[in-house]
Amino acid sequence: MQLKLIPAKRLAPAVGLAALLPALAFAEDAPTLSAGDTAWMLTATALVLFMTIPGLSLFYAGMVRAKNALSVLMQCFAITALMTILWALYGYSVAFGGEGAYWGGLSKAFLAGVTVDSLSGTIPETVFMTFQMTFAIITPALIVGAFAERMKFSAMLIFMALWLTFVYAPIAHWVWGDGGWLGNKGILDFAGGTVVHINAGVAGLVAAIIVGRRKGYPGTAMMPHNLTYTIIGAGMLWVGWFGFNAGSELAADGTAGMAMAVTQIATAAAALGWMFMEWMVHGKPSVLGIASGAVAGLVAITPASGSAGPMGAIAIGAAAGVGCFFGATKLKRMLGYDDSLDAFGVHGVGGIIGALLTGVFADPSLGGAGLGVEEGGIAAQVSVQALGIVATIVYTAVVTAVILLVLKVIIGLRVSEEEETEGLDLSQHDERAYNL
Amino acid sequence: MKLVTAIIKPFKLDDVREALSEVGVKGITVTEVKGFGRQKGHTELYRGAEYVVDFLPKVKVEVAVAADIVDKVVDAIRNAANTGKIGDGKIFVSNIEQVVRIRTGETGPEAL
Repeated sequence: MQLKLIPAKRLAPAVGLAALLPALAFAEDAPTLSAGDTAWMLTATALVLFMTIPGLSLFYAGMVRAKNALSVLMQCFAITALMTILWALYGYSVAFGGEGAYWGGLSKAFLAGVTVDSLSGTIPETVFMTFQMTFAIITPALIVGAFAERMKFSAMLIFMALWLTFVYAPIAHWVWGDGGWLGNKGILDFAGGTVVHINAGVAGLVAAIIVGRRKGYPGTAMMPHNLTYTIIGAGMLWVGWFGFNAGSELAADGTAGMAMAVTQIATAAAALGWMFMEWMVHGKPSVLGIASGAVAGLVAITPASGSAGPMGAIAIGAAAGVGCFFGATKLKRMLGYDDSLDAFGVHGVGGIIGALLTGVFADPSLGGAGLGVEEGGIAAQVSVQALGIVATIVYTAVVTAVILLVLKVIIGLRVSEEEETEGLDLSQHDERAYNL
Repeated sequence: MKLVTAIIKPFKLDDVREALSEVGVKGITVTEVKGFGRQKGHTELYRGAEYVVDFLPKVKVEVAVAADIVDKVVDAIRNAANTGKIGDGKIFVSNIEQVVRIRTGETGPEAL
């Protein structure tokens, strides 16, 4: 039974399949616990949690105005706690509970059957469940960047609970779950380009549009209040991301090692890509720019981290650095939506670039580990990637919009204009970040 | 008695203080201020969003001196604070009607 859980994430890349073949020859051998794999996955799980608190929290908090700094930290922290409980109650089961094209059922609701002895592949299922939980935490937390500085805390909590239930958990199952329809088509999404980044980015875009612009946007100055936090947060994200990408191998092996290498290389390429683009277009390289570029690179290499080679990683990173620069600086202004901290500009655009290029640089002729589709080569792989992207965009956009519109009617999404001017720290939490 | 008020570039404060000591000034008052003149403000850029910052940081130096050394004081400040670039600041000279030293109650030039 437990054997089924290995393929969940590893079957997707063809290389994983090949590696499993010899194991299948022994057919009925029950998998045994690997101490090495378990030790690495315990570490990786902690690293991914570290990405959200405090990494992403600080990255975002530095970019808002001083009067809203606590609200962003609070939202990320509360999401961490709420998603943890929901994942234990039913989220894990919906995503990974059993076989099915669209969801995993409720057989593991309340973590039924997840015991000290149950295994998922070569690691304890408790570790697998907690590792996946940290993904279910960071994905909703990413959306915070889109509606920062204006959303009501209560509405935010309810939105996030519904979003995990109806958007994240099902999509996680489609791609990584047993029998998930996108996974079955051979989509390559090693660590969550579609599931995490496109998903959160598009949900952010929809939220930014439905919640509406911040009061005064784009006329008044809304400068980041402390870019020191932002670069600290970006650094923590970079470090934590090794758990995210190399951890997604669910084992301490060669693929995990390559995932670590390509993650580092792509991130560096993207940081430089954004920095040089900004230098050329605006005349100066900026701290916010290089930090944003690094995050764009981390996002883009995420789906490719199990299949791309080091040179492919440079190409993916550079494309993401340049592409997201335009996503965050030009696209937003052109279309007029107020995605406060560029959840879509970085995670949506970077996720799409990464997911498409994953299909290209997985090819062995370009230094990759192998395609997920059996025939048709790069073209076929890219079209499967595109299908995954479109399916994710359509599903998350529609369901996110429905959730938000219903909440808008029932309880309202925004704080009052007066509260917005006063700042969310005082109006929502009766606290301020700085009592100087 | 004259009050010399100078608005200068912050990084020139040490030079100005030394120059004033050399011409015999015994005390000055310094305030961090913001404002604009012909230099106007500057622009800041965050992910492509351009913000114009209208007021630039400057330092205001106030010196109360006897009328006979006021020209030397003005020259000292001017020489020390001059970079030749826009934004060097201004010097204002005004009359002082009365000066009182709080500790002793002395008044007039004695109190300077």
